[in-house]
Amino acid sequence: MLKIAKYVVYDILRSKVLLAYTLFLLLVSLALFSLETDGAKSVVSLLSIVLIIVPLISVVFTTTYFYNAYEFIELLVAQPLGRNTILLGEFLGVAFSMMAAFLIGVGVPMLVYSPNAMGGVLLLSGGGLTLSFISIAFFSSVAMRDKAKGIGMSLLLWFYFAVIYDAIVLGILFSFSDYPLEKAVIALASLNPIDMARIMVLMKLDISALMGFTGAVYKQFFGSSFGLVYTLGIMLVWIILPLAVSVRIFKKKNL
Amino acid sequence: MIRTENLEKHFGKLHVLRGVNTSFAGGEVVSVIGPNGSGKTTLIKSILGMVVPDKGKVYFDGLDVANDFSYRHHIGYMPQIGRYPENMKIGQLFAMMRDLRKSSTALDEELMHEFQLPAMFDKPMRTLSGGTTQKVSAALAFLFNPKVLILDEPTAGLDPVASETLKAKVLKAKRDGKLVIVTSHIMSEVEEMADKIMYLFEGKINFYKIIADLKAETGEEKLGKAIAKIMTEQAHA
Repeated sequence: MLKIAKYVVYDILRSKVLLAYTLFLLLVSLALFSLETDGAKSVVSLLSIVLIIVPLISVVFTTTYFYNAYEFIELLVAQPLGRNTILLGEFLGVAFSMMAAFLIGVGVPMLVYSPNAMGGVLLLSGGGLTLSFISIAFFSSVAMRDKAKGIGMSLLLWFYFAVIYDAIVLGILFSFSDYPLEKAVIALASLNPIDMARIMVLMKLDISALMGFTGAVYKQFFGSSFGLVYTLGIMLVWIILPLAVSVRIFKKKNL
Repeated sequence: MIRTENLEKHFGKLHVLRGVNTSFAGGEVVSVIGPNGSGKTTLIKSILGMVVPDKGKVYFDGLDVANDFSYRHHIGYMPQIGRYPENMKIGQLFAMMRDLRKSSTALDEELMHEFQLPAMFDKPMRTLSGGTTQKVSAALAFLFNPKVLILDEPTAGLDPVASETLKAKVLKAKRDGKLVIVTSHIMSEVEEMADKIMYLFEGKINFYKIIADLKAETGEEKLGKAIAKIMTEQAHA
């Protein structure tokens, strides 16, 4: 598994895409930190990048990589290697490369300009998002044989989590505003890794007071140490679940 | 050595394999022939575990291969169209395969040297011609000295010299007691290499015979004519 991951990392490093992504993140982070004197404000601006751009790049990069590596996977399947070893090796390789890019691109400026708990939480949520969207991209790549369909499905899933899902939640909140929805809102937020990441960072920022009564409930639940464990646990589920489904599909896949 | 039991495979509406029961033993070269789309490649890929059959089982040395991949240590596979990581150089590909297979048996680099591949170790895979890619595939199939070789249309795209080299290598493998399964459309080539012939038609085995017997039964000297004769007899029956 680690051997396969090693060759995947070699292969990814040979293309310039990952380098461009790292430089882009580095540039954006450095710009945001040097423009704002208040570290917290920079973190909020960075948060929107992390919530939208990081999942998008993770999904697109992983899906295109998977289809480009199809020959390599075909070659491996005819060798004495288990199918789960092959797929998990691929995942580890992609995950390692993308995490390295994120940690260098956002983590290094963070260490220099804002080395505090808030920065740490942003890195944690960004890292979690990177991994969970790689996992989601693996699911669509394995499920779809056709490259165009696979990339389409990945983009659709990203769009759903980044945009459509919040609209649905808002719709639910408006239509059922006569009922106590606090617990339901927490449950709804758990169904979207991007929401989980956002809540994780916002709780550290102490601006939940601006969010009214629901914000208070959020603060009470997610602000506690149990809340942090809960958000991390849900994040972990969002990494493992799509990957586990992908392994199941891949075991039966015809190559 | 290899036995298949009632293999069934659908691709969507297409019924590719319709209950294939067969067995292959060591020390022989079996040629699988049949029209395009008759299920040759699907049969081979089912044996290799690249295609998961809907029904039926594949046994390797008496063991069901469905949940055990270790039998592939004993198989060398040369695909019809070899596709490899494009950015990788030939030398890196060979090094990687060696690293991944962790084979304990001595390597067989004869074919690699006869095809003069070491001289091209610095060439990236994407720059290779179809024939050179085939040479790489063949050399990789034989590299780990496996006891079963599965070659899917091995000589398509090879130049005459390379074809002869490969055929000689196949015959040598047979003498070493290995099983070689070859698909081919070129009858003269089948005649040169194979002992047995399996004719697949619409996902079923139409016949599976020793070539010498087949010729004796039909009274034909040439394999192509013998097969044509059987086919027309079947059509009239």
